[in-house]
Amino acid sequence: MTALHTRPRPVAAPSRWESARIGARRQIRAASPLLGPIGAAAKYASLFVAVAVALIPLVTVLMAAFKTPEEFATTSPLDAPSNWLNFDNFVTAFVKGGMLTGFVNTSIILVVAVTGTVVIGSMTAYALDRFDFRGRKLVLLGFLLATLVPAVTTQVATFQVINALGLFNTRGAAIVLFMGTDIVSIYIFLQFMRSIPRSLDEAAMLDGANRFSIYARIVFPLLKPAIATVVIIKGLAIYNEFYIPFLYMPSRDLGVISTSLFRFKGPFGAQWEVIAAGAMIVIIPTLIAFLVLQRHIYNGMTSGATK
Amino acid sequence: MSVSTGADVRMRQGTNRRGLQPRRRGARKPRQVLTPWLFLVAPVVLLVLFTYVPVTNMVWYSFTNWDGLDPVKEPVGWTNYVEIFTRPEIFQVFFVSLYYVLGAFVQLALALYFATILSFSTWFKNFFKGILFFPYLLNGVAIGLVFLYFFRPDGTLDALLSLVGVNEPPQWLGNPDIVNVSLASTSVWRYMGLNFVLFLGAIQSIPEELYEAAELDGAGSWDKFRSIILPGIRQIVGLSVILAISGALSVFEIPYIMTGGANGTETFVIKTVTTAFTFSKVGLASAMAVVLLFIVLAFTWLQRTIFPDDKVDLTS
Repeated sequence: MTALHTRPRPVAAPSRWESARIGARRQIRAASPLLGPIGAAAKYASLFVAVAVALIPLVTVLMAAFKTPEEFATTSPLDAPSNWLNFDNFVTAFVKGGMLTGFVNTSIILVVAVTGTVVIGSMTAYALDRFDFRGRKLVLLGFLLATLVPAVTTQVATFQVINALGLFNTRGAAIVLFMGTDIVSIYIFLQFMRSIPRSLDEAAMLDGANRFSIYARIVFPLLKPAIATVVIIKGLAIYNEFYIPFLYMPSRDLGVISTSLFRFKGPFGAQWEVIAAGAMIVIIPTLIAFLVLQRHIYNGMTSGATK
Repeated sequence: MSVSTGADVRMRQGTNRRGLQPRRRGARKPRQVLTPWLFLVAPVVLLVLFTYVPVTNMVWYSFTNWDGLDPVKEPVGWTNYVEIFTRPEIFQVFFVSLYYVLGAFVQLALALYFATILSFSTWFKNFFKGILFFPYLLNGVAIGLVFLYFFRPDGTLDALLSLVGVNEPPQWLGNPDIVNVSLASTSVWRYMGLNFVLFLGAIQSIPEELYEAAELDGAGSWDKFRSIILPGIRQIVGLSVILAISGALSVFEIPYIMTGGANGTETFVIKTVTTAFTFSKVGLASAMAVVLLFIVLAFTWLQRTIFPDDKVDLTS
């Protein structure tokens, strides 16, 4: 809750000027002899151990994914594959493991739910920040209290609501749940909305714009940095979500990335090289997203996680 | 917000589209009263439908013996709650959570250590930061499978241990005494990066002048950690502790994906889910969910009491 507030601009990435300033500060600190040579050696040793612990489980799975079944059976997990271009396991995982269906379903749910979250979240923030109306406090309190209820505890009863709406075993179930339970994004928009000067709204009003066109033409475009944050947090959360699709979309054709991969445990039970390829197919898009969007992801995660 | 600011008044006037008219408060047209609600219809409906209706229903179901299908929900009073606290096989799954609570403290300690050393000038700083954070972003099912491969007999861990001469390693996932340690370690691997990045961000927002002043006073590294860094990140550490504990109590994904709750790895949430959806005891499962909700709320309240929020409340 607090991290957001202690920093003046939680959602915007630090400007180049700021980064340069931080760099200069670091040098000041570097000049001070904080650790002796032994301390420095211990520091780098611990960092290399941490890197090894983080990477070895992933790299060994990557290596297994390139091995043939015979090779897998006869070599150690620490041995590199003989042919780094053997994509057979990836093909098997993708085609027989239903990962194509998984990617299609995840993409549909992701696009619809993220769009919905951005539209709904920004409209809520606009209404709560720019209007003074009876019941405003009640609505704010309603959203605030909801953050206290962990979604995992209410699924038993949420299931009945989804069932009553006729959404069980449809993509709609995941879509409405991802949109309806996202209070974090409302807070991100609300925080950001406060930094947009009201004089802009007023000027537009004097020109005869109504409230909806002010929202759509003036406020929404200015929310871009907050939208980027919400898209990243929400997109990653939906891509990684297992519980909701597993519970509400048991049908095979409705498998998403997570549930398709989870089903590998049955039919490919002993074929570790195929399971490894499946896991890598899921991990690689995340790696690419991380490399491309690194700074946005750090900012987004830190503003999202502390809510 | 209860006091209208000048801007508010002007805004309201503006919606008349006759901004130059003399101001007359209280002459709002019905359409203007409705405008904010037009923006709020969708979010409020979703909020009620997927948060408040489930919570209310859950409390109601918890006092019935409903099976999830029967049109009649027969009230049974406190029976379900009595069952939770008297049948040891239900309540004892909470002890499994202790492994994850311990894991959470290891995780926070590691995060604090790495955040502190990386807050000082370091070669390849961004590389180290990226590698330590990356596991947090990964899909939970992929992590589960990666660690099934890591812990399986003759898997990665056994191969690594044989390099250092350990040739008869235990069954990491087969031995009921060890399996929860293996699963909690997986959880530490997965979540440490988030705490680390949060702590690092908090440390870096401490003004540089404080360190310089401390240096002039002849403070060493440990003094700086204790007197500058630790107080500076107190709040975020407090929040992380509570989040880690609530997370440990409601852990689901890692044990469900890796062992399915077999072999003494069943957690309270797995138990709740199977009670509701496999054994169709929605009444009992709802009571379990209510108990968990109260425990999590109690920890949240504790956090707010110990680390009062210095930020302006959103409702004010």
